[in-house]
Amino acid sequence: MAKLHVTTTINGEPTEFLCEPYETMLDVLRGPLALTGSKEGCGSGDCGACSITLDGRLVCACLMLAAEAEGSEIDTIEGMAEGDHLHPLQQKFLEEAALQCGICTPGVLVAAKALLEHNPDPSETEVRYWLAGNLCRCTGYDKIVRAVLDTAEEMREAAQ
Amino acid sequence: MNETSNKWIGQNTIRPDGADKVTGRAAFAADANMPGMIWGKVLRSPHPHAVIRSIDTSKAAAHPGVKAVVTAADIVDFPVDTPVPLGIQDMRWMCRNVMAREKALFHGHPVAAVAATSEAIAAEACELIEVDYEVLPWAIEIEDAIKPDAPILHDFIEFEGKPSNIAGTLEHKKGDIDEGFAQADVIVERSFTTRPVHQGYLEPHACLVSVAADGKTTIWSSSQGQFMVRAMTALLTGLSQSDIRAIPAEIGGGFGGKTIIYLEPLATMLSKKSGRPVKMVMSREEVFRASGPTSGSMSTVKIGATKDGQIVAAEGTYYLQAGALPGSPIRGAAGCAFAPYDIPNVHSRGFDVVSNRSKVAAYRAPGAPIGAFSVECVLDEVAEALNMDPLELRLKNAAKQGTKAAHGPVFPVMGYAETVEAARKHPHYEAPLGKHQGRGVASGFWFNAGGESSAQVNITEDGNVVVTTGHPDIGGSRAAIANITAELLGIDYRRVSVLIGDTATIGYSNLTGGSRVLFASAMVVTQSTEQVIETLCERAAKIWEIDPEAVVWEDGAARPAGDNAGKFPPLSLAEIAEQANATGGPIGAGVQLNTIGAEGGFATHICDVEVDVDIGIVRVVRYTAFQDVGRAVHPGYVEGQMQGGVAQGIGWALNEEYIYDKDGHVDNAGFLDYRMPVCSDLPMIDTVMIEIPNPKHPQGVRGVGEVPIVPPLAAIRNAVYDALGIRFYSLPMSPPKVIEALEMPEAAE
Repeated sequence: MAKLHVTTTINGEPTEFLCEPYETMLDVLRGPLALTGSKEGCGSGDCGACSITLDGRLVCACLMLAAEAEGSEIDTIEGMAEGDHLHPLQQKFLEEAALQCGICTPGVLVAAKALLEHNPDPSETEVRYWLAGNLCRCTGYDKIVRAVLDTAEEMREAAQ
Repeated sequence: MNETSNKWIGQNTIRPDGADKVTGRAAFAADANMPGMIWGKVLRSPHPHAVIRSIDTSKAAAHPGVKAVVTAADIVDFPVDTPVPLGIQDMRWMCRNVMAREKALFHGHPVAAVAATSEAIAAEACELIEVDYEVLPWAIEIEDAIKPDAPILHDFIEFEGKPSNIAGTLEHKKGDIDEGFAQADVIVERSFTTRPVHQGYLEPHACLVSVAADGKTTIWSSSQGQFMVRAMTALLTGLSQSDIRAIPAEIGGGFGGKTIIYLEPLATMLSKKSGRPVKMVMSREEVFRASGPTSGSMSTVKIGATKDGQIVAAEGTYYLQAGALPGSPIRGAAGCAFAPYDIPNVHSRGFDVVSNRSKVAAYRAPGAPIGAFSVECVLDEVAEALNMDPLELRLKNAAKQGTKAAHGPVFPVMGYAETVEAARKHPHYEAPLGKHQGRGVASGFWFNAGGESSAQVNITEDGNVVVTTGHPDIGGSRAAIANITAELLGIDYRRVSVLIGDTATIGYSNLTGGSRVLFASAMVVTQSTEQVIETLCERAAKIWEIDPEAVVWEDGAARPAGDNAGKFPPLSLAEIAEQANATGGPIGAGVQLNTIGAEGGFATHICDVEVDVDIGIVRVVRYTAFQDVGRAVHPGYVEGQMQGGVAQGIGWALNEEYIYDKDGHVDNAGFLDYRMPVCSDLPMIDTVMIEIPNPKHPQGVRGVGEVPIVPPLAAIRNAVYDALGIRFYSLPMSPPKVIEALEMPEAAE
């Protein structure tokens, strides 16, 4: 079977890759593109560890065919910090101990960033429902939710 | 920041591995690749119980792209009649768990493994392996496995002189149980069941193994112990330990489930046979079918108390599922069950029951939540019968320093009563409740552990510090070690780099398990750092040409001990490091110990639930956990352990369970159907850390990671009773069961 040629943009960089028709975006990110920050926790869209954005929309990379990336813009955890300057969410997660093992963290951060772009002033309930697709088995979510709310507040203040 | 004015123990510092973890750079088990790497896949039994008559791998081996095939014939056999203990495991069972030998014992049991140039080809080749099975009757649940005519899994296991699925027993006795019950005014006896639940780590098991032509073997995998990986892989493959370098990848959750191995010996043999590095990654479905979980249980607990609330006798009987091979956590269930209480007469028994399901693995305080669930539910009924506040009943009977526990030890300094008192005084306990809401309380105990630990503390040439320890960091232990080292040296914690060594670079260190890591590693890191400080003082003495005894280390610098020592400006760590070669060479120290003095952990929890009586959903709406944490070296990660344990307990109580179909297959082997708590299911989880330092530890550390999962099961169940007036005796209290109980209250029992 001939491989497909895909032209896309990943974390702002023009990117081309070859993939099998059946390969998922997660397969290609983690394989040939060596962007292993997106994790495979389930392969069925239930855990959110592979959360990325596709043209600004939050998706599970394991549920998207790699070929669907053609002509689109993809952002992954690797594109979240600007150089050595962490995104405020990344910094807040460190300050507030909002991660333990850290395997869900990339997906949670990508999802939380997408939330704050849609809604800069979410309630606790809105944060909890937005992140309901990102499983974390270590933290009980308490510190994650607090870190997202605190970051949102800080970013709102900074924007004023 | 003035580096001399800070005290780091008790500070929420930034973890050393943090930046890598928030940027996606941290390398977990499945993130590694090697040149020439090929992929391994496991063929698993389609039957829950079957004799393996023969395996023909010839078609698979001939399939284009296949580089190696292994079966049980390639794994070292450990005869069933000779125990080979390794920690709490036995290699007789480990060798049969990683690859079915005489029989396939559960659906999903590995039967063969293939390595090929792609994952897809390896999976295709697995389908070409021909296995001739003789399918046998099977037993999944405890009640089916202990019936007189139950299918016997292992003909070499006998109980009371007959072949049996009861593979082991354990008994704790204190006082005279009959005399005790004779004194009781109130006796409550109830039976309970809990379902098996999975640890639910987000990272599936994975490894990458390279066996070089000279036999030198590198294992990259995530586990709760690189030395466990090395030891078990060596025993199962016949390699020597010195030929294996086991590198601990970052671990994406374990909770006990990664204290044993599954893939490493298979990948090692596939690599040896193919001459190529082999990577293996389990799917989530494989994780559910063939790893973990912890036991389901059947138990009966009877407690007797006098009118004034003195517990005079307690009896517990626990049957725990071991899975297909012996080894359920009956010690945790029968041993921890009554430990929070000073009871004169106790009889606690555990039975280890094998059945045709995956072999259980440790899960956070293994067995203890099961033990506590029944006891804490019965205590709630005893309190009700006595018309006594449930926390007052617990306080009145609280074990304290000097109490002899039924499982053996005499308790040293410990803070159980303090957790109950703190709960009783907390505003949560008196807060008003709404409609369909209820409040429950429960307590719990976990042993905690010490054991082997190694550390190396090195001073860099530019006067900073690198600490290497040997326990995988599962939830922030590196951050706590940085705090301790910085505190002892009197320097900023950011000057301390903390790493986890591999089996070739650091001395033997026991598993990350038993809530031992900070207790044990802080001990060896403290001793190493103290030796380093002694050396630093000696070097300063040399520079000043005074007696080493006349030098002290204070606020990050060597100083003359007093005016008699002479007048010299302080010498900082950097200044001494700069002159290290001239004063005697590199500065560093390593300490290896079998640590002792880990004392048990106690907790008391308050839980509020609200029941949606239309759809049967129980929601936890408020939760406060009180725990004797010894010393919170890094409070954020101590709170995190408490919150995480509570969340897992909530899942266990309300939703999580293995469901089997009529063919003996797990019917819900995925996160959609195995329902772990998601963010919108939970409230904030409040924590109250009570610091009663462990006097046997230099920083007062007491293990904190496991006891938080012990009280929630009963706290939630008692809260549901308070809300609905219905007592559940079986978990989980999932919506279908709650609806059934609301329609027919006796069904809950």
